Amino acid sequence: MSAQTVTAGQRPGSPQAQSLLSVNNIEVIYDDVILVLRGLSLDVPEGKIVALLGSNGAGKSTTLKAVSGLLPSEQGEVSSGSIIFDGQDITKMDAAERVKQGLSLCMEGRHVFPHLTIAENLQAGAYTQRSSNEQLDFVYEFFPQLAAIRSRTAGFLSGGEQQMLAIGRALMARPKLLMLDEPSLGLAPLLVEETFETIARLNAETGLTVLVVEQNAKVALKVAHHGYIMEQGRIMLEESADALAENPDVKEFYLGMTADGQGKKSYRDVKHYKRRKRWL
Amino acid sequence: MTQFLVLLIYGLSEGAILALAALGFVLIYKATGVINFAQGEFLLIGAYTFYTAFVIFQLPILIALLVGVVVAVVVGVLVERLILRPMVGQSHISIIMVTIGLAAVLSSIVQMFFGTQPRAMPNLFPTGSVEILNGSIPANRLWTLLVAAVVLTLLTVFFQKSKHGIAMRSVADDEQAAMTVGISVRRIFAMSWGLAAVSALIAGVLLADLTTVEMGIVNFGLLVFPVVILGGLDSVPGTIVGGLTIGLVTQFTAGYLDPGLAGVAPYIVLVLVLLVRPYGIFGEKRIERV
Ligand SMILES: Nc1ncnc2c1ncn2[C@@H]1O[C@H](COP(=O)(O)OP(=O)(O)OP(=O)(O)O)[C@@H](O)[C@H]1O
Ligand SMILES: [Mg+2]
Repeated sequence: MSAQTVTAGQRPGSPQAQSLLSVNNIEVIYDDVILVLRGLSLDVPEGKIVALLGSNGAGKSTTLKAVSGLLPSEQGEVSSGSIIFDGQDITKMDAAERVKQGLSLCMEGRHVFPHLTIAENLQAGAYTQRSSNEQLDFVYEFFPQLAAIRSRTAGFLSGGEQQMLAIGRALMARPKLLMLDEPSLGLAPLLVEETFETIARLNAETGLTVLVVEQNAKVALKVAHHGYIMEQGRIMLEESADALAENPDVKEFYLGMTADGQGKKSYRDVKHYKRRKRWL
Repeated sequence: MTQFLVLLIYGLSEGAILALAALGFVLIYKATGVINFAQGEFLLIGAYTFYTAFVIFQLPILIALLVGVVVAVVVGVLVERLILRPMVGQSHISIIMVTIGLAAVLSSIVQMFFGTQPRAMPNLFPTGSVEILNGSIPANRLWTLLVAAVVLTLLTVFFQKSKHGIAMRSVADDEQAAMTVGISVRRIFAMSWGLAAVSALIAGVLLADLTTVEMGIVNFGLLVFPVVILGGLDSVPGTIVGGLTIGLVTQFTAGYLDPGLAGVAPYIVLVLVLLVRPYGIFGEKRIERV
């Protein structure tokens, strides 16, 4: 296991985990009119797993797109606030350059390159790297299932295999921070568990920092150290993952929802919420 | 038998040139989604640039070729940067109209400088002929075939195996995902146009060597449409097979049936193939799961 390859950003011996990523009060607008993020702030400490939870349309994917620089390709922009990554202001940085700086995103819906083989997908993932052999060994070692079928065309893989490939491809760029957008989407419960175990293992074994967006709060909070809950473009609640999992509001809305998979209610509708809001 | 062999070599050599021209078209279409109606004009520019360097300025052939490559890359990249990039997000029809306009502009520029008179170019390859099975095959046809085959192979290997080739295919598959792995989509677009112009340059020079340097090269360029539709628009091997097929069909029709029919033969084949396989012989079947 080549631990250093993914932990280049970690400063050993730092007394406390420092913020690898700080999003400071950003607003995001699509098409010059649709305001989606309304002053969102969050921090991802180095070496930790942070979960960003929220219901459909809350702006979770938009947050990740803002951090990874994909907004311009969707007519979106960060209209105020700043994004600091590894001590650098990346608010206006080109998406490709952010990958070089150590920021990788696994998009919602996996987005493997369908006509490329597994091996070619991984090679594409190493586009920013001078050499890819070492990291390729690491990924194949981490996902032995992928190694066995490396010459298969990615478009024909199962959802679980595609998820592994998407994560593996992101790892090829040797990220300091890996961002995952709803890795559980469309996967069977067992595979969801497995995916999050993978994330936990990556974090534990290589020190990789992770920011994961999820609707499946239960499984996400199990592996995360810290969690944020967002609604309508703002962070509503921020706590350690354990505290969040025990939080009655979160339990009623998110964890209740995941039990039957069909929550229609919004976090705002939860009774306790009004009482707690004053403290937030 | 002799006639068959001669027609075969003529067909293959012209088909290989056609495949080169069409490969440029396919590169652009695959990576950027643009249907480039100016591909024939890229052949024209390539042939005239080489002619200018080689005949007018009397540069050594390799230097002349290098000049041609540089001009081709510059023209290709400028066209992408100045004309196509501002069109991103516009409808397909608008973009097609723009490339048709571009074709007109490029061919008028060439006409402005060189007029419409065909220009002779010294032979690039040994003339003479080779005796094979009692037939005498012009040596320059064999050389053309060899050079085109080498360039086609290099381009295919580049596309299939190299880092940038894989990046181009990634962009063709999913632009946003390509951005998430650090590929600069703009650079890949520019690279596709540059490469397309270079393959057109080589096709244009080979064609000019078989015929003359003249505006008629554009008409040959029009044949890329039957070729790419036959090959499936987005497949590199398909384009090569498509080019060779159209080259052979044209020659055999001219030789065995009627030279007058040779001009329409490619289009007849095209219609027949489309009736049987609407996505061309090698067209990628879209992978719909994901
Ligand atoms: N490209 C876009 N143009 C305009 N509006 C957009 C765009 N992308 C997202 N939005 C809007 O922004 C809001 C937040 O979308 P986003 O995809 O960030 O939500 P999400 O929290 O990821 O939701 P989900 O859980 O469904 O993935 C939605 O109202 C959506 O309609
Ligand atoms: Mg989303």
